[in-house]
Amino acid sequence: MQNPSAQTGMSGMSGTAAGAPASRRIIPIASAHSGAASAGGCSSSSCGSGEGPADMPAHIWEKVKDHPCYSSEAHHHFARMHVAVAPACNIQCNYCNRKYDCANESRPGVVSEKLTPEMAGKKVLAVAAEIPQLSVVGIAGPGDALANPAKTFKTFELIQQSAPDIKLCLSTNGLALPDHVETIKKFNVDHVTITINMVDPEVGQHIYPWIFHNHKRYHGLEAAKILHERQMLGLEMLTAAGILVKVNSVLIPGINDHHLKEVNKVVKAKGAFLHNIMPLISDPAHGTHFGLTGQRGPTAAELKALQDECEGDMKLMRHCRQCRADAVGMLGEDRSQEFTSDKLDAIAATYDPTARQAYRDFVEKERADQRAAEAEKKAGLAGASEKALVAVATKGGGRINQHFGHASEFQVYEVSAAGAKFVGHRKVEHYCAGGYEEEEAMPSILDALQDCAAVLVAKIGHCPMKELQAAGIEPVQDYAHEYIEASALAWFQQRLERRQGATSLVA
Amino acid sequence: MAYKINASACTACGACEQECPNDAIYEKNGLFAIKADGCTECIGHYDDPQCIAACPADCIVVDKSVPRYQA
Repeated sequence: MQNPSAQTGMSGMSGTAAGAPASRRIIPIASAHSGAASAGGCSSSSCGSGEGPADMPAHIWEKVKDHPCYSSEAHHHFARMHVAVAPACNIQCNYCNRKYDCANESRPGVVSEKLTPEMAGKKVLAVAAEIPQLSVVGIAGPGDALANPAKTFKTFELIQQSAPDIKLCLSTNGLALPDHVETIKKFNVDHVTITINMVDPEVGQHIYPWIFHNHKRYHGLEAAKILHERQMLGLEMLTAAGILVKVNSVLIPGINDHHLKEVNKVVKAKGAFLHNIMPLISDPAHGTHFGLTGQRGPTAAELKALQDECEGDMKLMRHCRQCRADAVGMLGEDRSQEFTSDKLDAIAATYDPTARQAYRDFVEKERADQRAAEAEKKAGLAGASEKALVAVATKGGGRINQHFGHASEFQVYEVSAAGAKFVGHRKVEHYCAGGYEEEEAMPSILDALQDCAAVLVAKIGHCPMKELQAAGIEPVQDYAHEYIEASALAWFQQRLERRQGATSLVA
Repeated sequence: MAYKINASACTACGACEQECPNDAIYEKNGLFAIKADGCTECIGHYDDPQCIAACPADCIVVDKSVPRYQA
């Protein structure tokens, strides 16, 4: 467990990296956080598909700019919550099982406490009172939002009454979607996520053993065919209704890995605006069919290769954390334990919408500043042909503000003359476990970061610093508490200059 | 009056409850159960018993302690 008071337990935090530039602006971190830093879970955020107003139509940017799951930039600043009001599901997927009572794992479909729509409405107010970054409430299960239409739409109705400025979204497998597009419009749900793992039933039959549709259970190829047709129809109907659609796809090596390029083409043509290719989670301990039959998940490199291949004129989402169906907080963190049903009444009573408005105003200014800083650094790199990967330890806000030892994930950016682009996150074990160093975690951290040229952190101890250097990864703490993109580019420029210096000496 | 829910395998998702044409399934203390005198095995409603077809946990079985439903 990560504990803010344990930060002093980091040993040997001497900062020595070379050439710290002297004149850098340091802008204070948002003071809008109420509660203490998150307990457990990683509290970092990352920038996913790197979009900003510049490379996106204005009407779409307006819809996604505060949505952490739809905009990589927003997910530095805004928080989401899922309310677990939809336990039933109408299909069986081989990567899912029906156990939902584990507080210690984070993956889609898992939840600790089912909520009634009334409890969910109260929970939203409680979270909004405690977390001013909250901008979005989604219904993502633990089953399928639209396999529980009465509960899902009752929840939306209650939220709209009590906190009308909160954006609503839902995710679905698409089977029941065509039946509910009108209602989705009625409740002003402007974002829908459809999980589409195939556009060919031949592939689909290896992912979905059965579906329940029109009062009948269908199996195998027939099931996959119906599901595919309903997904495509639903996607087209949402697009026609002007509702933004994100498509999630689970990358299953050997089953749909090559096929996902085709999926990408088809969903793009049908109007999806963002594609999120996620790795299969198949730990045998979860008891899923794939887990029990030894189906492996993809490596980080395989995932990135496919994402790179699919990234043409369509946004690829790379910041997805595959959250639980009751996750609360910034992406990558989960504060759901602070909002169990016994505490909701007391917290909800303190709800004050002005705190969230003040936070949004702050973020607008911060973002403009961040972009200007990045543009300035980018200009200095014009003409450089090299690229490098840089890992960053961050707790959110778009800044390098986490100790190396406290990071439970690192965000990875590709830096080049084109700018700093977020390309993924790497989950790791904490190096610093409650005040003492966890030497055993280091090999797996080095492994997770092996393709990175540097790791940018707020602080790092002497031992891990030496180990990183020995592995050819440069530990950098010169940019503590500064903007991620601008700092990554500044580091890159320094590296190029150092290299040039070395070359000219040789010459 | 013929089906029952195996409570140890039930995940309490409620998929069966919303499909039952007889409103014979109810939730009590977080567990679902079938009212034996309300269950018609879906005879006259659908080809397949809806609770069994919808149940993701496959935990609904014939209740042998009561006679099969006669339409």
